[in-house]
Amino acid sequence: MVTEPSRTKVLEVRDLSIAYGAKTAISGLHLDVFENEIFGIIGPANSGKTSFLRAINRMDAFDSAMKVRGSLRFMSTEVASWRNDYALRRQIGVVFPLPVGLPMSIYDNVAFAARLRGVRKKQQLDEAVERCLTRAALWDEVKDRLDSLGSQLSGGQQQRLTIARALSQEPTLLMLDEFSIAVDPVTTMRIEDVLKELKQEMTIILVTNLVQQAERLADRTAFFLNGELVEIGETEHLFNGQTKDQRTTDYLEGRFG
Amino acid sequence: MAEKSAVPSRLDQRDASWFIDKLFQVLMFVGGISAVIFIIGIFVFITKEGLAFLFEGFSFLEFFGSINWRPTSTNPTYGALALIVGTASITGVAILVAIPFSIGAAVYISEFATGKTKETLKVLVELLAAIPSVVWGFIGLSIMNEFIIEVFDVPIGLNVLNAGIILGLMAAPIMTTIAEDALKAVPDKYREAAEAMGATRWQIIRQVVLPAAKNGLVSAVLLGVGRGFGETMAVLMASGHAINIPTSPFDSVRALTATIAAELGETAQGSEHYGALFALGIFLFLITFIINLAADLVVRGIRKK
Repeated sequence: MVTEPSRTKVLEVRDLSIAYGAKTAISGLHLDVFENEIFGIIGPANSGKTSFLRAINRMDAFDSAMKVRGSLRFMSTEVASWRNDYALRRQIGVVFPLPVGLPMSIYDNVAFAARLRGVRKKQQLDEAVERCLTRAALWDEVKDRLDSLGSQLSGGQQQRLTIARALSQEPTLLMLDEFSIAVDPVTTMRIEDVLKELKQEMTIILVTNLVQQAERLADRTAFFLNGELVEIGETEHLFNGQTKDQRTTDYLEGRFG
Repeated sequence: MAEKSAVPSRLDQRDASWFIDKLFQVLMFVGGISAVIFIIGIFVFITKEGLAFLFEGFSFLEFFGSINWRPTSTNPTYGALALIVGTASITGVAILVAIPFSIGAAVYISEFATGKTKETLKVLVELLAAIPSVVWGFIGLSIMNEFIIEVFDVPIGLNVLNAGIILGLMAAPIMTTIAEDALKAVPDKYREAAEAMGATRWQIIRQVVLPAAKNGLVSAVLLGVGRGFGETMAVLMASGHAINIPTSPFDSVRALTATIAAELGETAQGSEHYGALFALGIFLFLITFIINLAADLVVRGIRKK
Protein backbone atom coordinates (compact mmCIF):
# COMPACT_ATOMS: atom_id res chain seq x y z
CA MET A 1 0.00 0.00 0.00
CA VAL A 2 1.14 3.49 -0.77
CA THR A 3 -0.67 5.18 2.10
CA GLU A 4 1.38 5.73 5.22
CA PRO A 5 -0.15 3.80 8.11
CA SER A 6 0.47 6.71 10.47
CA ARG A 7 -2.35 8.86 9.06
CA THR A 8 -5.33 9.38 11.30
CA LYS A 9 -8.30 7.25 10.39
CA VAL A 10 -11.59 9.07 10.41
CA LEU A 11 -13.49 6.00 9.43
CA GLU A 12 -12.63 2.34 9.92
CA VAL A 13 -14.95 -0.14 8.31
CA ARG A 14 -14.60 -3.85 9.06
CA ASP A 15 -16.77 -6.58 7.63
CA LEU A 16 -19.75 -4.28 7.18
CA SER A 17 -22.96 -5.70 5.78
CA ILE A 18 -26.16 -3.82 5.06
CA ALA A 19 -29.44 -5.45 4.16
CA TYR A 20 -32.96 -4.24 3.51
CA GLY A 21 -35.13 -7.16 4.54
CA ALA A 22 -33.93 -10.10 2.49
CA LYS A 23 -32.10 -7.91 -0.01
CA THR A 24 -28.41 -7.38 0.61
CA ALA A 25 -27.10 -3.94 -0.28
CA ILE A 26 -23.51 -4.32 0.93
CA SER A 27 -21.55 -7.28 2.17
CA GLY A 28 -18.14 -7.77 3.74
CA LEU A 29 -16.95 -4.20 3.34
CA HIS A 30 -13.44 -3.37 4.58
CA LEU A 31 -11.97 0.07 4.21
CA ASP A 32 -10.40 3.05 5.95
CA VAL A 33 -10.89 6.72 5.28
CA PHE A 34 -8.11 9.08 6.38
CA GLU A 35 -8.23 12.57 7.72
CA ASN A 36 -8.17 15.40 5.16
CA GLU A 37 -8.53 13.26 2.11
CA ILE A 38 -11.16 13.17 -0.55
CA PHE A 39 -12.26 9.60 -0.70
CA GLY A 40 -14.03 8.80 -3.96
CA ILE A 41 -16.57 6.02 -4.32
CA ILE A 42 -17.55 5.04 -7.82
CA GLY A 43 -19.74 2.29 -9.14
CA PRO A 44 -22.93 1.71 -11.11
CA ALA A 45 -26.42 2.01 -9.66
CA ASN A 46 -27.34 -0.48 -6.94
CA SER A 47 -23.77 -1.01 -5.91
CA GLY A 48 -24.47 0.02 -2.31
CA LYS A 49 -22.80 3.45 -2.32
CA THR A 50 -25.71 5.34 -0.84
CA SER A 51 -26.49 2.60 1.70
CA PHE A 52 -22.92 2.89 2.91
CA LEU A 53 -23.32 6.64 3.49
CA ARG A 54 -26.62 6.07 5.28
CA ALA A 55 -25.00 3.56 7.60
CA ILE A 56 -22.24 6.02 8.52
CA ASN A 57 -24.57 8.64 9.94
CA ARG A 58 -26.95 6.03 11.31
CA MET A 59 -29.90 6.82 9.11
CA ASP A 60 -30.84 3.17 9.63
CA ALA A 61 -32.40 4.39 12.87
CA PHE A 62 -35.20 5.90 10.77
CA ASP A 63 -35.66 2.90 8.50
CA SER A 64 -36.78 -0.23 10.29
CA ALA A 65 -36.12 -2.39 7.22
CA MET A 66 -32.45 -1.38 7.08
CA LYS A 67 -30.14 -3.72 9.01
CA VAL A 68 -26.46 -2.94 9.53
CA ARG A 69 -23.97 -5.55 10.77
CA GLY A 70 -20.24 -5.49 11.28
CA SER A 71 -18.00 -2.76 12.57
CA LEU A 72 -18.13 0.90 11.54
CA ARG A 73 -15.90 3.18 13.59
CA PHE A 74 -16.10 6.94 13.20
CA MET A 75 -13.46 8.92 15.09
CA SER A 76 -12.42 5.66 16.76
CA THR A 77 -15.88 4.94 18.14
CA GLU A 78 -18.43 2.47 16.83
CA VAL A 79 -21.25 4.57 15.35
CA ALA A 80 -23.74 2.13 16.86
CA SER A 81 -22.41 2.85 20.34
CA TRP A 82 -22.71 6.65 20.17
CA ARG A 83 -25.07 7.45 22.98
CA ASN A 84 -26.53 10.45 21.18
CA ASP A 85 -26.95 9.66 17.52
CA TYR A 86 -28.13 13.23 16.88
CA ALA A 87 -24.73 14.45 18.02
CA LEU A 88 -23.10 11.93 15.70
CA ARG A 89 -25.09 13.25 12.73
CA ARG A 90 -24.14 16.81 13.59
CA GLN A 91 -20.51 15.78 13.08
CA ILE A 92 -21.26 14.53 9.60
CA GLY A 93 -22.50 16.75 6.79
CA VAL A 94 -24.49 15.15 4.00
CA VAL A 95 -25.26 16.50 0.55
CA PHE A 96 -27.96 14.56 -1.27
CA PRO A 97 -28.16 13.91 -5.03
CA LEU A 98 -31.07 16.27 -5.48
CA PRO A 99 -30.74 19.59 -3.70
CA VAL A 100 -33.04 20.04 -0.74
CA GLY A 101 -33.64 23.66 0.11
CA LEU A 102 -35.64 23.47 3.30
CA PRO A 103 -38.88 25.47 3.05
CA MET A 104 -37.49 28.42 4.94
CA SER A 105 -35.43 31.47 4.06
CA ILE A 106 -31.89 31.17 2.72
CA TYR A 107 -30.64 32.60 5.98
CA ASP A 108 -32.61 30.12 8.09
CA ASN A 109 -31.42 27.23 5.94
CA VAL A 110 -27.82 27.99 6.71
CA ALA A 111 -28.48 29.01 10.31
CA PHE A 112 -30.40 25.77 10.91
CA ALA A 113 -27.47 23.68 12.08
CA ALA A 114 -26.14 26.42 14.34
CA ARG A 115 -29.57 26.82 15.90
CA LEU A 116 -29.80 23.06 16.45
CA ARG A 117 -26.56 23.36 18.40
CA GLY A 118 -28.21 26.05 20.49
CA VAL A 119 -26.58 29.16 19.03
CA ARG A 120 -29.01 32.05 19.51
CA LYS A 121 -26.87 35.19 19.20
CA LYS A 122 -27.76 37.12 16.07
CA GLN A 123 -24.19 38.17 15.41
CA GLN A 124 -22.82 34.65 15.68
CA LEU A 125 -25.51 33.38 13.33
CA ASP A 126 -24.87 36.20 10.86
CA GLU A 127 -21.18 35.35 10.78
CA ALA A 128 -21.81 31.63 10.33
CA VAL A 129 -24.27 32.26 7.50
CA GLU A 130 -21.92 34.57 5.63
CA ARG A 131 -18.91 32.31 6.16
CA CYS A 132 -20.66 29.15 4.97
CA LEU A 133 -22.34 30.78 1.99
CA THR A 134 -19.02 32.31 0.97
CA ARG A 135 -17.26 28.98 1.18
CA ALA A 136 -19.98 27.36 -0.87
CA ALA A 137 -19.49 30.05 -3.54
CA LEU A 138 -23.03 31.32 -3.18
CA TRP A 139 -22.70 34.44 -1.02
CA ASP A 140 -22.34 36.94 -3.86
CA GLU A 141 -25.45 35.66 -5.59
CA VAL A 142 -27.77 35.68 -2.58
CA LYS A 143 -26.40 38.23 -0.11
CA ASP A 144 -29.12 40.73 -1.08
CA ARG A 145 -31.99 38.30 -0.67
CA LEU A 146 -31.21 36.19 2.35
CA ASP A 147 -34.86 36.43 3.36
CA SER A 148 -36.27 34.80 0.25
CA LEU A 149 -37.21 31.14 0.25
CA GLY A 150 -34.40 28.65 -0.11
CA SER A 151 -36.61 26.39 -2.19
CA GLN A 152 -37.01 29.11 -4.82
CA LEU A 153 -33.36 29.14 -5.86
CA SER A 154 -32.29 27.47 -9.08
CA GLY A 155 -31.10 23.86 -8.93
CA GLY A 156 -27.41 24.72 -8.94
CA GLN A 157 -27.85 27.44 -6.35
CA GLN A 158 -29.91 25.14 -4.16
CA GLN A 159 -27.18 22.52 -4.27
CA ARG A 160 -24.63 25.13 -3.15
CA LEU A 161 -27.09 26.17 -0.46
CA THR A 162 -27.23 22.54 0.66
CA ILE A 163 -23.45 22.46 0.79
CA ALA A 164 -23.39 25.71 2.75
CA ARG A 165 -25.87 24.19 5.16
CA ALA A 166 -23.75 21.05 5.53
CA LEU A 167 -20.69 23.23 6.17
CA SER A 168 -22.54 25.18 8.82
CA GLN A 169 -22.56 21.97 10.85
CA GLU A 170 -18.77 22.39 11.00
CA PRO A 171 -18.53 18.71 10.21
CA THR A 172 -15.58 16.42 10.69
CA LEU A 173 -16.73 14.43 7.72
CA LEU A 174 -18.55 15.72 4.67
CA MET A 175 -20.34 13.18 2.52
CA LEU A 176 -21.52 14.10 -0.96
CA ASP A 177 -23.81 11.71 -2.76
CA GLU A 178 -23.72 12.34 -6.52
CA PHE A 179 -24.03 16.05 -5.86
CA SER A 180 -23.73 17.08 -9.48
CA ILE A 181 -26.75 15.24 -10.89
CA ALA A 182 -28.95 18.34 -10.95
CA VAL A 183 -26.20 20.89 -11.38
CA ASP A 184 -24.92 22.49 -14.58
CA PRO A 185 -21.28 21.89 -15.57
CA VAL A 186 -20.09 25.39 -14.69
CA THR A 187 -21.52 25.19 -11.19
CA THR A 188 -20.15 21.67 -10.84
CA MET A 189 -16.66 23.00 -11.54
CA ARG A 190 -17.11 25.77 -8.97
CA ILE A 191 -18.23 23.27 -6.35
CA GLU A 192 -15.32 20.99 -7.19
CA ASP A 193 -12.92 23.88 -6.57
CA VAL A 194 -14.61 24.49 -3.25
CA LEU A 195 -14.18 20.83 -2.28
CA LYS A 196 -10.47 20.91 -3.06
CA GLU A 197 -10.10 23.76 -0.59
CA LEU A 198 -12.33 22.21 2.05
CA LYS A 199 -10.12 19.15 2.14
CA GLN A 200 -7.68 21.16 4.28
CA GLU A 201 -10.23 21.30 7.05
CA MET A 202 -12.25 18.13 6.86
CA THR A 203 -12.51 14.69 5.40
CA ILE A 204 -14.69 14.28 2.35
CA ILE A 205 -16.38 11.19 0.98
CA LEU A 206 -17.42 11.77 -2.58
CA VAL A 207 -19.83 9.30 -4.11
CA THR A 208 -20.07 9.92 -7.80
CA ASN A 209 -21.18 8.21 -10.94
CA LEU A 210 -18.90 10.36 -13.04
CA VAL A 211 -15.56 8.59 -13.09
CA GLN A 212 -13.86 11.75 -14.35
CA GLN A 213 -15.08 13.59 -11.30
CA ALA A 214 -13.42 11.01 -9.08
CA GLU A 215 -10.28 11.32 -11.17
CA ARG A 216 -10.27 15.11 -10.79
CA LEU A 217 -10.96 15.22 -7.07
CA ALA A 218 -10.35 12.04 -5.16
CA ASP A 219 -7.06 11.16 -3.50
CA ARG A 220 -8.11 7.56 -3.27
CA THR A 221 -10.97 5.86 -5.01
CA ALA A 222 -13.00 2.78 -4.19
CA PHE A 223 -14.93 0.87 -6.80
CA PHE A 224 -18.18 -0.68 -5.58
CA LEU A 225 -20.06 -3.25 -7.60
CA ASN A 226 -23.23 -5.06 -6.53
CA GLY A 227 -22.61 -4.39 -2.86
CA GLU A 228 -18.99 -5.46 -2.93
CA LEU A 229 -15.81 -3.46 -2.77
CA VAL A 230 -14.00 -4.58 -5.89
CA GLU A 231 -10.93 -2.47 -5.52
CA ILE A 232 -9.55 0.48 -3.63
CA GLY A 233 -6.45 2.46 -4.45
CA GLU A 234 -4.74 5.76 -5.18
CA THR A 235 -6.87 7.49 -7.78
CA GLU A 236 -3.82 8.26 -9.89
CA HIS A 237 -2.86 4.61 -10.05
CA LEU A 238 -6.32 3.39 -10.88
CA PHE A 239 -6.62 5.81 -13.75
CA ASN A 240 -3.14 4.96 -15.00
CA GLY A 241 -4.26 1.43 -15.62
CA GLN A 242 -2.64 0.02 -12.49
CA THR A 243 -5.77 -1.83 -11.49
CA LYS A 244 -5.80 -5.19 -9.81
CA ASP A 245 -9.16 -6.27 -11.08
CA GLN A 246 -10.28 -6.43 -14.69
CA ARG A 247 -13.79 -5.23 -13.70
CA THR A 248 -12.36 -1.94 -12.47
CA THR A 249 -10.55 -1.40 -15.74
CA ASP A 250 -13.72 -2.16 -17.64
CA TYR A 251 -15.76 0.27 -15.57
CA LEU A 252 -13.21 3.07 -15.78
CA GLU A 253 -13.02 2.70 -19.51
CA GLY A 254 -16.76 2.70 -19.86
CA ARG A 255 -17.06 -0.90 -21.00
CA PHE A 256 -19.79 -1.85 -18.62
CA GLY A 257 -23.40 -2.97 -18.88
CA MET B 1 -51.60 26.22 -58.04
CA ALA B 2 -54.02 23.39 -57.76
CA GLU B 3 -56.48 23.57 -54.89
CA LYS B 4 -55.90 21.06 -52.10
CA SER B 5 -58.45 18.29 -52.45
CA ALA B 6 -60.92 18.06 -49.54
CA VAL B 7 -60.80 15.09 -47.16
CA PRO B 8 -63.05 12.40 -48.60
CA SER B 9 -66.31 12.34 -46.66
CA ARG B 10 -66.05 8.67 -45.74
CA LEU B 11 -62.99 9.52 -43.61
CA ASP B 12 -64.71 12.41 -41.85
CA GLN B 13 -67.81 10.94 -40.23
CA ARG B 14 -69.12 11.69 -36.74
CA ASP B 15 -69.43 8.20 -35.28
CA ALA B 16 -70.93 6.88 -32.04
CA SER B 17 -67.80 7.56 -29.99
CA TRP B 18 -67.82 11.19 -31.09
CA PHE B 19 -71.37 11.66 -29.85
CA ILE B 20 -70.74 9.77 -26.62
CA ASP B 21 -67.74 12.00 -25.97
CA LYS B 22 -69.85 15.12 -26.46
CA LEU B 23 -72.60 13.73 -24.23
CA PHE B 24 -70.12 13.04 -21.45
CA GLN B 25 -68.64 16.48 -21.73
CA VAL B 26 -72.09 17.97 -21.21
CA LEU B 27 -72.90 15.64 -18.27
CA MET B 28 -69.59 16.38 -16.56
CA PHE B 29 -70.14 20.09 -17.06
CA VAL B 30 -73.57 19.91 -15.44
CA GLY B 31 -72.15 17.92 -12.52
CA GLY B 32 -69.32 20.39 -12.18
CA ILE B 33 -71.43 23.52 -12.05
CA SER B 34 -74.21 21.99 -9.94
CA ALA B 35 -72.36 23.03 -6.78
CA VAL B 36 -72.43 26.63 -7.98
CA ILE B 37 -76.12 26.37 -8.84
CA PHE B 38 -77.00 24.99 -5.40
CA ILE B 39 -75.00 27.66 -3.56
CA ILE B 40 -76.63 30.42 -5.54
CA GLY B 41 -80.04 28.74 -5.16
CA ILE B 42 -79.76 28.53 -1.39
CA PHE B 43 -78.54 32.07 -1.11
CA VAL B 44 -81.39 33.35 -3.30
CA PHE B 45 -83.95 31.37 -1.29
CA ILE B 46 -82.92 32.51 2.18
CA THR B 47 -82.44 36.05 0.98
CA LYS B 48 -85.88 36.09 -0.60
CA GLU B 49 -87.51 34.83 2.59
CA GLY B 50 -85.63 37.27 4.76
CA LEU B 51 -85.87 40.20 2.38
CA ALA B 52 -89.28 41.50 3.44
CA PHE B 53 -88.10 41.60 7.04
CA LEU B 54 -84.83 43.27 6.12
CA PHE B 55 -86.73 46.11 4.44
CA GLU B 56 -89.57 46.50 6.94
CA GLY B 57 -89.04 45.36 10.52
CA PHE B 58 -85.26 45.34 10.36
CA SER B 59 -83.16 47.83 12.21
CA PHE B 60 -79.44 47.41 11.84
CA LEU B 61 -78.83 48.93 15.23
CA GLU B 62 -81.35 46.70 16.95
CA PHE B 63 -80.22 43.53 15.19
CA PHE B 64 -76.53 43.89 16.00
CA GLY B 65 -76.78 46.12 19.06
CA SER B 66 -79.59 44.78 21.23
CA ILE B 67 -79.70 41.63 23.28
CA ASN B 68 -83.49 41.59 23.33
CA TRP B 69 -84.69 38.78 21.13
CA ARG B 70 -88.43 38.88 21.88
CA PRO B 71 -90.17 37.74 18.73
CA THR B 72 -93.37 36.67 20.48
CA SER B 73 -93.86 39.67 22.71
CA THR B 74 -96.75 42.01 21.93
CA ASN B 75 -94.16 44.58 20.97
CA PRO B 76 -91.60 42.27 19.37
CA THR B 77 -87.90 43.15 19.26
CA TYR B 78 -85.27 41.35 17.25
CA GLY B 79 -81.89 41.97 18.84
CA ALA B 80 -79.49 39.23 17.80
CA LEU B 81 -76.44 40.42 19.71
CA ALA B 82 -76.77 37.83 22.47
CA LEU B 83 -77.22 35.07 19.90
CA ILE B 84 -74.15 36.19 17.96
CA VAL B 85 -72.08 36.44 21.13
CA GLY B 86 -73.43 33.07 22.23
CA THR B 87 -72.39 31.37 19.01
CA ALA B 88 -69.02 33.13 19.01
CA SER B 89 -68.24 32.24 22.62
CA ILE B 90 -69.15 28.57 22.14
CA THR B 91 -67.06 28.45 18.97
CA GLY B 92 -64.17 30.13 20.78
CA VAL B 93 -64.14 27.52 23.54
CA ALA B 94 -64.59 24.78 20.94
CA ILE B 95 -61.52 25.91 19.01
CA LEU B 96 -59.45 26.05 22.19
CA VAL B 97 -60.50 22.47 22.89
CA ALA B 98 -60.16 21.23 19.32
CA ILE B 99 -56.75 22.68 18.39
CA PRO B 100 -54.61 20.71 20.84
CA PHE B 101 -56.53 17.49 20.21
CA SER B 102 -56.57 17.74 16.44
CA ILE B 103 -53.05 19.05 15.88
CA GLY B 104 -51.69 16.57 18.40
CA ALA B 105 -53.52 13.68 16.78
CA ALA B 106 -52.47 14.79 13.30
CA VAL B 107 -48.81 15.07 14.29
CA TYR B 108 -48.91 11.68 15.96
CA ILE B 109 -50.60 9.98 13.00
CA SER B 110 -48.43 11.64 10.40
CA GLU B 111 -45.02 11.72 12.12
CA PHE B 112 -44.91 8.92 14.67
CA ALA B 113 -47.44 6.18 14.01
CA THR B 114 -46.56 3.55 11.44
CA GLY B 115 -48.20 0.60 9.75
CA LYS B 116 -51.25 -0.85 11.48
CA THR B 117 -51.39 1.75 14.26
CA LYS B 118 -51.54 4.52 11.70
CA GLU B 119 -54.26 2.89 9.61
CA THR B 120 -56.35 2.01 12.66
CA LEU B 121 -56.10 5.53 14.03
CA LYS B 122 -57.12 7.08 10.74
CA VAL B 123 -60.18 4.83 10.54
CA LEU B 124 -61.10 5.64 14.14
CA VAL B 125 -60.79 9.37 13.56
CA GLU B 126 -63.07 9.11 10.55
CA LEU B 127 -65.50 7.05 12.59
CA LEU B 128 -65.48 9.75 15.24
CA ALA B 129 -66.38 12.31 12.58
CA ALA B 130 -69.41 10.23 11.64
CA ILE B 131 -71.06 10.28 15.07
CA PRO B 132 -74.42 12.10 14.66
CA SER B 133 -74.57 15.50 16.32
CA VAL B 134 -77.66 14.55 18.31
CA VAL B 135 -75.57 11.87 20.02
CA TRP B 136 -73.01 14.48 20.96
CA GLY B 137 -75.85 16.68 22.19
CA PHE B 138 -77.11 13.82 24.30
CA ILE B 139 -73.66 13.37 25.83
CA GLY B 140 -73.60 17.08 26.60
CA LEU B 141 -77.06 17.01 28.12
CA SER B 142 -76.65 13.94 30.28
CA ILE B 143 -72.96 13.27 31.02
CA MET B 144 -71.18 16.60 30.65
CA ASN B 145 -73.98 18.44 32.43
CA GLU B 146 -73.61 16.44 35.64
CA PHE B 147 -69.87 16.37 35.31
CA ILE B 148 -69.62 20.16 35.14
CA ILE B 149 -72.07 20.63 38.01
CA GLU B 150 -70.05 18.30 40.18
CA VAL B 151 -66.52 19.37 39.26
CA PHE B 152 -67.05 23.13 39.21
CA ASP B 153 -69.83 23.27 41.76
CA VAL B 154 -72.13 25.41 39.61
CA PRO B 155 -75.93 25.29 39.61
CA ILE B 156 -76.29 24.44 35.93
CA GLY B 157 -74.03 22.46 33.64
CA LEU B 158 -75.63 23.44 30.34
CA ASN B 159 -73.48 26.40 29.39
CA VAL B 160 -70.73 27.83 27.19
CA LEU B 161 -68.18 25.39 28.60
CA ASN B 162 -70.34 22.35 28.00
CA ALA B 163 -71.35 23.29 24.46
CA GLY B 164 -67.79 24.43 23.70
CA ILE B 165 -66.24 21.14 24.80
CA ILE B 166 -68.84 19.08 22.95
CA LEU B 167 -68.43 21.18 19.83
CA GLY B 168 -64.65 21.03 20.12
CA LEU B 169 -64.71 17.24 20.29
CA MET B 170 -67.06 17.19 17.32
CA ALA B 171 -64.87 19.45 15.21
CA ALA B 172 -61.60 17.76 16.19
CA PRO B 173 -61.86 14.69 13.90
CA ILE B 174 -62.39 16.66 10.71
CA MET B 175 -59.69 19.12 11.73
CA THR B 176 -57.39 16.17 12.41
CA THR B 177 -58.01 14.75 8.95
CA ILE B 178 -57.29 18.05 7.22
CA ALA B 179 -54.26 18.80 9.39
CA GLU B 180 -52.90 15.32 8.75
CA ASP B 181 -53.29 15.84 4.99
CA ALA B 182 -51.31 19.05 5.33
CA LEU B 183 -48.53 17.30 7.25
CA LYS B 184 -48.49 14.42 4.80
CA ALA B 185 -48.02 16.90 1.96
CA VAL B 186 -44.66 17.98 3.43
CA PRO B 187 -42.12 16.08 1.31
CA ASP B 188 -40.06 13.44 3.12
CA LYS B 189 -36.88 14.90 1.67
CA TYR B 190 -37.23 17.83 4.07
CA ARG B 191 -37.45 15.49 7.04
CA GLU B 192 -34.54 13.44 5.76
CA ALA B 193 -32.36 16.49 5.20
CA ALA B 194 -33.05 17.70 8.72
CA GLU B 195 -32.48 14.22 10.16
CA ALA B 196 -29.13 14.04 8.42
CA MET B 197 -28.13 17.30 10.06
CA GLY B 198 -28.73 15.84 13.48
CA ALA B 199 -32.09 17.42 14.22
CA THR B 200 -34.15 15.54 16.77
CA ARG B 201 -37.69 14.43 16.04
CA TRP B 202 -39.12 17.36 17.97
CA GLN B 203 -36.79 19.85 16.27
CA ILE B 204 -37.83 18.52 12.88
CA ILE B 205 -41.53 18.82 13.70
CA ARG B 206 -41.18 22.24 15.33
CA GLN B 207 -38.79 23.85 12.88
CA VAL B 208 -39.42 22.12 9.56
CA VAL B 209 -42.68 20.19 9.32
CA LEU B 210 -45.11 22.51 11.13
CA PRO B 211 -43.90 25.69 9.39
CA ALA B 212 -44.04 23.95 6.02
CA ALA B 213 -47.59 22.77 6.69
CA LYS B 214 -48.64 26.07 8.25
CA ASN B 215 -51.23 27.02 5.63
CA GLY B 216 -52.95 23.65 5.73
CA LEU B 217 -53.07 23.79 9.51
CA VAL B 218 -54.59 27.26 9.48
CA SER B 219 -57.24 26.14 7.04
CA ALA B 220 -57.98 23.12 9.24
CA VAL B 221 -58.63 25.48 12.14
CA LEU B 222 -60.76 27.79 9.99
CA LEU B 223 -62.89 24.88 8.83
CA GLY B 224 -63.28 23.92 12.48
CA VAL B 225 -64.50 27.47 13.17
CA GLY B 226 -66.94 27.18 10.26
CA ARG B 227 -68.18 23.93 11.68
CA GLY B 228 -68.63 25.60 15.06
CA PHE B 229 -70.76 28.40 13.68
CA GLY B 230 -72.94 26.03 11.72
CA GLU B 231 -73.52 23.25 14.23
CA THR B 232 -77.07 23.23 15.56
CA MET B 233 -78.39 20.21 17.41
CA ALA B 234 -75.53 19.54 19.82
CA VAL B 235 -75.30 23.24 20.64
CA LEU B 236 -79.04 23.50 21.20
CA MET B 237 -78.92 20.61 23.67
CA ALA B 238 -75.74 21.53 25.54
CA SER B 239 -75.76 25.33 25.69
CA GLY B 240 -78.74 25.86 27.99
CA HIS B 241 -80.54 27.85 25.28
CA ALA B 242 -80.91 30.98 27.38
CA ILE B 243 -80.61 34.45 25.83
CA ASN B 244 -77.72 35.95 27.69
CA ILE B 245 -74.41 37.69 27.19
CA PRO B 246 -72.05 35.31 28.95
CA THR B 247 -69.65 36.72 31.53
CA SER B 248 -68.15 33.37 32.45
CA PRO B 249 -67.89 29.95 30.78
CA PHE B 250 -70.52 28.73 33.22
CA ASP B 251 -73.27 31.00 31.83
CA SER B 252 -75.92 29.53 29.62
CA VAL B 253 -76.19 31.04 26.17
CA ARG B 254 -78.22 30.63 23.03
CA ALA B 255 -76.77 30.11 19.56
CA LEU B 256 -77.93 31.53 16.22
CA THR B 257 -78.47 28.11 14.73
CA ALA B 258 -80.30 26.77 17.76
CA THR B 259 -82.67 29.75 17.66
CA ILE B 260 -83.59 29.08 14.06
CA ALA B 261 -84.07 25.38 14.70
CA ALA B 262 -86.17 25.88 17.80
CA GLU B 263 -88.40 28.69 16.56
CA LEU B 264 -88.89 28.20 12.85
CA GLY B 265 -91.47 25.44 13.29
CA GLU B 266 -93.71 27.71 15.37
CA THR B 267 -93.82 30.75 13.16
CA ALA B 268 -96.33 31.52 10.46
CA GLN B 269 -94.75 31.54 7.05
CA GLY B 270 -94.26 35.10 5.88
CA SER B 271 -94.66 36.63 9.32
CA GLU B 272 -92.20 39.11 10.74
CA HIS B 273 -90.77 36.51 13.12
CA TYR B 274 -90.32 34.11 10.21
CA GLY B 275 -88.46 36.81 8.28
CA ALA B 276 -86.28 37.61 11.28
CA LEU B 277 -85.19 33.98 11.53
CA PHE B 278 -84.24 34.08 7.88
CA ALA B 279 -82.24 37.22 8.53
CA LEU B 280 -80.31 35.19 11.10
CA GLY B 281 -79.88 32.58 8.38
CA ILE B 282 -78.46 35.12 5.95
CA PHE B 283 -76.03 36.31 8.60
CA LEU B 284 -74.92 32.72 9.35
CA PHE B 285 -74.58 31.94 5.68
CA LEU B 286 -72.39 34.98 5.12
CA ILE B 287 -70.17 34.16 8.08
CA THR B 288 -69.63 30.51 7.12
CA PHE B 289 -69.11 31.59 3.52
CA ILE B 290 -66.42 34.06 4.53
CA ILE B 291 -64.71 31.54 6.82
CA ASN B 292 -64.67 28.84 4.18
CA LEU B 293 -63.46 31.30 1.58
CA ALA B 294 -60.66 32.35 3.91
CA ALA B 295 -59.72 28.70 4.48
CA ASP B 296 -59.68 28.14 0.74
CA LEU B 297 -57.53 31.20 0.06
CA VAL B 298 -55.08 30.10 2.73
CA VAL B 299 -54.79 26.65 1.14
CA ARG B 300 -54.29 28.27 -2.23
CA GLY B 301 -51.41 30.14 -0.65
CA ILE B 302 -49.57 26.82 -0.21
CA ARG B 303 -49.91 25.78 -3.80
CA LYS B 304 -48.42 29.01 -5.06
CA LYS B 305 -45.16 28.29 -3.28
